[in-house]
Amino acid sequence: MTAPEDLRAGLRGAGVALQVGPFVVRLRSRLDRVERALALFYDRQLLPPEQTAFADFHITLARASGLHWLWRPQARFFLDGRSPFRPLPLAHAYPLFEWGLNWCIAQHAHDFLMIHAAVLERDGQALVMPGEPGAGKSTLTAALTLSGWRLLSDEFALLALKSGKLVALPRPVSLKNAAIDLIRERYPQAVIGPASHDTSKGTVAHLRPTDTSIERMQAPARPAWLVFPRFTPGGRDQLQPLAPAEALQRLIGASFNYSVVGGAGFEAAADLIEQSACMQLEYADLDVTLGLLNGLREGGP
Amino acid sequence: MNAQLTLTRLVTILRDPGAVRDLSLADWDLLVRLARVASLEGRLQAVIKAAGVLSEVPPAPRRHLDAACTLADRQHTMLRWEVARIHEALAGAGIPVLLLKGGAYVMAGLPCAPGRQFSDLDVMVPQPQLQTAEQHLFVHGWVCEGYDAYDQTYYRRWMHELPPLTHMRRKSVLDVHHTILPPTARLRPDPQKLWSAAVPLDGFPGLHVLAPTDMVLHSATHLFHDGELENGLRDLVDLDALLRHFAERDPGFWEQLTARAFEMDLARPLYYALRYGREFLATPVPDSVYVRLAPARPAAPLRAVMDALFRRGLRPHHWSCDGPLSGTARWWLYVRSHYLRMPLRLLLPHLVRKAIKERRAGKREQPEP
Repeated sequence: MTAPEDLRAGLRGAGVALQVGPFVVRLRSRLDRVERALALFYDRQLLPPEQTAFADFHITLARASGLHWLWRPQARFFLDGRSPFRPLPLAHAYPLFEWGLNWCIAQHAHDFLMIHAAVLERDGQALVMPGEPGAGKSTLTAALTLSGWRLLSDEFALLALKSGKLVALPRPVSLKNAAIDLIRERYPQAVIGPASHDTSKGTVAHLRPTDTSIERMQAPARPAWLVFPRFTPGGRDQLQPLAPAEALQRLIGASFNYSVVGGAGFEAAADLIEQSACMQLEYADLDVTLGLLNGLREGGP
Repeated sequence: MNAQLTLTRLVTILRDPGAVRDLSLADWDLLVRLARVASLEGRLQAVIKAAGVLSEVPPAPRRHLDAACTLADRQHTMLRWEVARIHEALAGAGIPVLLLKGGAYVMAGLPCAPGRQFSDLDVMVPQPQLQTAEQHLFVHGWVCEGYDAYDQTYYRRWMHELPPLTHMRRKSVLDVHHTILPPTARLRPDPQKLWSAAVPLDGFPGLHVLAPTDMVLHSATHLFHDGELENGLRDLVDLDALLRHFAERDPGFWEQLTARAFEMDLARPLYYALRYGREFLATPVPDSVYVRLAPARPAAPLRAVMDALFRRGLRPHHWSCDGPLSGTARWWLYVRSHYLRMPLRLLLPHLVRKAIKERRAGKREQPEP
């Protein structure tokens, strides 16, 4: 455990090291809101600095330079001294860290097939839910992880090319707009950070991962269910089987680096399909859908 | 952190991969980043792997080296595909094609190819057939987009290449040259001589790579007289590998190289390539070569200036390598490369226009993660 003053000194000095799934991130920042977010979300993942000689990503979040900090303060993301994106308003410094870290991983982690998908685990078996923004993935993920599932990832599935297993990348779940209050009301135990308004995704607030998710971060999971959710307000909640060929095509379509890893990526995706029951989920009512997902048995719905 | 030491380590490992055994995790922490910025990460992996010492690299840094190699392999696969498509487009029309730089290294299987990262493909076609080549490439999907009327005129009138072509569907970028330096440049190598000595590429009738001496000269010219130095060290590493390879296969290579350099009017860039190759990478250049290149050597005061510029400019553009004068050196080298390209009466109006346009367009950055 790191004391708050150590965290502050670390962030402002040589950087603090965080274990984020299979990656070590070294983060430096003088921004108070980054420090607060770190204390809230990453306190269990701080590594002792003297034992962390190697980091995968060296990230700095800083105030953007230039005179306009007077009337429009902005935060800039740096990976090893280079800034790959435009700055965002200072108030969005923490979401900028999360998005920037996604970018870092997507650019470099080609030992995985990386998929835009949520991953949760129960009894060693993983539920993979790829989905486009707006499919309700994050809300479902938050609800599932708060009702006993282990969080492996909110939107960034790592399928190890060598082992075919899903590797955990537990990060705060990014809740958007109405989902923030919905989760807060239903799960009083949920720890949700301050909201950032008017981001490119609307209002965003992050849910702190459960203790189990962090404690078991190093344990991979075997794929068991592949579910493509679609939020259909006013519709009927139902799970329908999906043909493996179509599931494979959609899984590949949701991958960030399929074109880079080539054949190995195809093999890994095909293995995942073979091991999983593939389904399509229409979801309207959170309770009914949670019932459906909690009722998943090995080999089928 | 000891930055000079890390650069030395990178260079040492490229030459003697066994040196990875001596590295601590903290050494790797900076080394991986330096190699990445220098576009040498994939190359580093390939060299370490070829020497059979990949298992000596700890898993954490190794993941990054392997990923860079995966990326490079992918680029090579796509490059081979692009080359085959270019062959398809131009061979039937009887237009010969010379592959340049990275494309040539990969297709000719040269020792600097494994793990080499690159983005664009560069080719050369004979000047009289340039227009026909562009038409045939257009029919096969390569179009020139994103360049306004001024850019178009600038390229077509003053440059040694067409404006970059982009494939409509694959979005791959192709640079089509007709010679190796702009016609307005101070040095005037004769492209006809390059064609006469070109080596046909097996399996692709009509496709060629430059003869060994010309390949070295082109690489040196590109680095020291034309290009930007963003990947300067990487290009020097290419040159080093080419020189070692050709000199080992042909004992007469060094003599042919110097003779050809004078014949092609490219002795000065060769001099720089050998000077800084020896300095940065200990390229084994026989002393007799320097003696023969003496007439091309800049006078002592100029040499001191160039040393000051290139010793800074050739280092990876990474904060750990930057000294107080690095930015200034890079700026002067940028000005120099333009000055060597065209006379001032053409250059100044061009740079002014370019500056205004870039200011208007704002910084080119990705909008958001």
